[in-house]
Amino acid sequence: MIVSDLQQILADGLNQIETAQTTQALDDARVKFLGQKGSVTLQLKQLGQLAPEDRKSAGAKINQIKQQLFTAIQTKKTTLMVAELNQKLMAEAVDITLPGRQSAQGGIHPVSRTMQRIIDLFSQVGFGVVTGPEIEDDFHNFEALNFPAHHPARAMHDTFYFPDGHLLRTHTSPVQIRAMKNMEPPIKIIAPGKVYRSDSDQTHTPMFHQVEGLVIGENVTFASLKGVLNQFVNAFFEDDLQIRLRPSYFPFTEPSAEVDVEWKKDDGSIDWLEVLGCGMVHPNVLRSGGIDPEKYTGFAFGLGVERFAMLRYGVQDLRNFFENDMAFLSQFQS
Amino acid sequence: MKFSESWLKEWVEYDLNTAEVMEQLTMLGLEVDGVEAAAGEFSEVVVAEIVACEKHPDADKLKVCEVNTGEEKLQIVCGAPNARVGLKTALSKIGAILPGNFKIKKSKLRGVESMGMLCSEVELGISEESDGIIELNSNAPIGSDVAEYMQLSDQVIDIDLTPNRADCFCIRGIAREMATLNQLSIEVPLIKPVEATIDDTVDVKLEAPEQCPIYGSRVIKGINHSQPTPMWMREKLRRSGIKSIHPVVDVTNYVMLELGQPMHAFDAAKIDGGIIVRMADEGEEVTLLDQTSAKLTGEFLVIADQNKTLAVAGVIGGLDSGVNDQTQDIVLESAYFDPATIMGKSRKLSVHTESGLRFERGVDWDLQVTALERATALITEICGGEVAPIKLETVEQYVPKQQHIQLSADHLQRVLGFTVPTERVTRIFQNLGLNCELSGDSWSVTSPSWRFDLAIAEDLIEEVVRVVGYDQMPSHRLQSTDAISEIPEELKELRFLRQQLADMSYQEVINYSFVGEKQLLALGLESDVFGLANPLNNDMAVMRTHLLPGVLANIKSNLARQAQDLALFETGKVFSKSDDIIQKDVLLLAKTGQQAPEQWSVNDQKVDFFTLKGDVETMLSSAAMKLEFSASSQAYLHPGRQAEIKLGEVVIGFVGQVHPSICQKMKIKQEVYVAELLVDAIQSIQLPAWQSVSKFPQVRRDLSVVIADSITWFEVEKAIENSLGEDLTQLHKLCLFDVYKGDNIEKGYKSLAMAMIFQEKNRTLEDKEVDKLVSKAVSFLSEQINAEIRS
Repeated sequence: MIVSDLQQILADGLNQIETAQTTQALDDARVKFLGQKGSVTLQLKQLGQLAPEDRKSAGAKINQIKQQLFTAIQTKKTTLMVAELNQKLMAEAVDITLPGRQSAQGGIHPVSRTMQRIIDLFSQVGFGVVTGPEIEDDFHNFEALNFPAHHPARAMHDTFYFPDGHLLRTHTSPVQIRAMKNMEPPIKIIAPGKVYRSDSDQTHTPMFHQVEGLVIGENVTFASLKGVLNQFVNAFFEDDLQIRLRPSYFPFTEPSAEVDVEWKKDDGSIDWLEVLGCGMVHPNVLRSGGIDPEKYTGFAFGLGVERFAMLRYGVQDLRNFFENDMAFLSQFQS
Repeated sequence: MKFSESWLKEWVEYDLNTAEVMEQLTMLGLEVDGVEAAAGEFSEVVVAEIVACEKHPDADKLKVCEVNTGEEKLQIVCGAPNARVGLKTALSKIGAILPGNFKIKKSKLRGVESMGMLCSEVELGISEESDGIIELNSNAPIGSDVAEYMQLSDQVIDIDLTPNRADCFCIRGIAREMATLNQLSIEVPLIKPVEATIDDTVDVKLEAPEQCPIYGSRVIKGINHSQPTPMWMREKLRRSGIKSIHPVVDVTNYVMLELGQPMHAFDAAKIDGGIIVRMADEGEEVTLLDQTSAKLTGEFLVIADQNKTLAVAGVIGGLDSGVNDQTQDIVLESAYFDPATIMGKSRKLSVHTESGLRFERGVDWDLQVTALERATALITEICGGEVAPIKLETVEQYVPKQQHIQLSADHLQRVLGFTVPTERVTRIFQNLGLNCELSGDSWSVTSPSWRFDLAIAEDLIEEVVRVVGYDQMPSHRLQSTDAISEIPEELKELRFLRQQLADMSYQEVINYSFVGEKQLLALGLESDVFGLANPLNNDMAVMRTHLLPGVLANIKSNLARQAQDLALFETGKVFSKSDDIIQKDVLLLAKTGQQAPEQWSVNDQKVDFFTLKGDVETMLSSAAMKLEFSASSQAYLHPGRQAEIKLGEVVIGFVGQVHPSICQKMKIKQEVYVAELLVDAIQSIQLPAWQSVSKFPQVRRDLSVVIADSITWFEVEKAIENSLGEDLTQLHKLCLFDVYKGDNIEKGYKSLAMAMIFQEKNRTLEDKEVDKLVSKAVSFLSEQINAEIRS
């Protein structure tokens, strides 16, 4: 055995390992040098033929070469495997610009959405939600709310009647009476729902939605009504908007007010937009609900949900809400 | 009510511009609806008289006039039919500029020179329409500026009065409000009694004193027709939207606008005997001033004589008894009618008069004599005539009474939440004309005869805060409760149902609660229909008994707009009437088209029965009760593709395909599947309750059986459950993963493939045990339902 042979084997081996392009070629190199019949293995087998005093150093040398080749193979193997995996993965590449798998989108009607927003805001300060029937009787819709028979205020309501004298409620205010009869002060409720008036044009639909609010207790004042509405309007629009209360007339409140919101128009000018009606609950109404007006005061307000939805989302035409065109409704799916 | 701002200024000398006046009125509760100028802007328009008027030689419709301007005589060509000699009218001279920047130049019309233009009201921006040139009164000073003469530098303010403020249907009332707010006094025109020169009267009988407790009348004889209504009065009337008709009628209207008392003038010659104020006879007929004829009922109050109806009291006069150009002698009426009697009567007759509007809301019951004196003075000023004394019939017992109201400072503070200084409150009451005495901390207030809306302390509180200003009121925080209230966890609020459905691809819709009876009939849903007495139209005539008509209409209209795949839901009340009125909340889901949007990565799959059934199952997966489906027979659903849905023992709705013949009738060309559910029934959900979780492995066995097509999955499931008996607890899950009919399966049969997954809570199941369970099921299936086991 010649040392130069060993050096030649090492050089050949490292070269073959280095130039292997595939794991297969690398394995071939391993077999050729380190396999059972590999050249390095053969050298080891021939150790016995050497003089005993030379065996030790020759053996160490061969083992060193073996180790060197083995390490080179391992290193190369890792490199080749990574390359091969990469190649395989690259072949699996997708067009990431293709549209993602879609499921259909649904959504909540803007009126429900707005109503829920209003409910959420009032719930924060302890208003409970109550509801009432939509087909009402004259007592709850008018009489108990201090509308005298034949009063012009009734005519203003454009009521839908049934042949048996029942009617479609013209406002959510009848719920006030029902709530007062069922509850003890302090009362703090809102009553959302559908209401009906026989009026149909660009700015009126024969059915629309209101949210009624009623607070009865001690220390319930006109100034606190103003405060509640001020906070509500600011919270609803998430903006510091001015509101303006101005005297008005509703048979079931005294004093009564209409509330306008200061609204910036597209051209930058300011407009007062009427958004709700309110007032201190009339003593006659408190009595109708079985509450002692000497002991308690109350305030009530009623707001039009569509009106708030229109302002909040910039809807131009009231009638859109009830045409149920997907092109309109789908704009509220966020 | 529309009124001239300068008229208001005659009554209150405020120092405000029009915008400030409008703001103040609105903040007093007299909401301003709009404002417009009394006339357009123009210059160089003067009063001129036509002194000659010839037909144009070359034009049939034109006239050649000679016009006197005081300084010169000009030739003007004019096309107005009323151009005539002696008429005083408005002339725009050469160089005049009319509204719209229209310059008047010298011109030739069909060869004849015209040195200016005679103007109509439209050309001067005074009114929207006119049928000739302006007719000025004969005493109009020739050569004077028309804008000055007609006092056109004025604004017309339109206020929208709430029903409680009848007192502001006149200048006096509005002036009182403005004076109170600005702490000014009102300038009431001097109204002196007119001395009688004759003693004629007409007998008046108040046969319905409760409805008419006060009736004032006065005879004026020998009125002169030659004098027209003065321009200042015509203009004030015009600005309030009232046409000048006849000097006497104009005066009654003027007094109404000024003081608030609607009046009527009868032609004395047409009254047979005396005046009787009585309730109308059932079916009594009368021809009204607007030339329509009316048939009255017993609820109407009428003014009549011995033989005929003269007027519908408080609403409108009769055609035959009114004044006209031949009238010599008149009887003026100034009465108080009970508002409740007049209410709604205009509506019934479909005549909306200024008089009806005021009487039904309440006219000052202490004004009748004053109004008569005012009208008499004005009439005699214009038309002359001999005046008789006022005859006033009063039935004291039915005259409204003044209200005496107590208000304490404490009450005021309790309602408002802030304090108004005592002197301020007293002053407000006094300025409003309320008689008020302060003793201690309490006011005793007497309501004036013109206020019908003051009866209780709260009414006075509104007066105080209205004048103080709603905008001056502080904003207080409401005392919030610090109590934490319960939120029922076993109730699924509607909002969560809505959100879940939206997340499941359904879009919410909201339809009107009324539909056409036809639409219900088309769906076979007509039973117990509750119809409106006064529907807007036939398509909104009955209350919906079902949500389907609305949602199907939405599907149809959206399909027409080229949407193909739709998933809609609606919640709302449906109504029916048998003995009682039933109003219940329901939920309707509807789907049609493909389940997923068309896309490259998902195979088309059409919505079918199982889509909707699956959605119902998903939605109710947290329900407290067991959900069951069984065959049903709703007429509006496909007979072979529908099921009744039960939660526990309660039927909560139906799911199925809308009957194809309904879709065909509605021209919906694709299958529509719906589920309708009672909202109350689906809101209870299970409160989560812990159960131990098995740590031992599951064992799965697949089983494929062939059975007759008529056997339902429900029966197979039950058979397997029964076969296992007590060991059923070990069957963790039974999953049907394939249903197959076709090749290799005999006709009339189907193959079901299912996985039986076993698990024991406390130990590992051995294969042998599982094999035994499966073979129990297999033999049971073959014995009970003739199943052939394939593997």
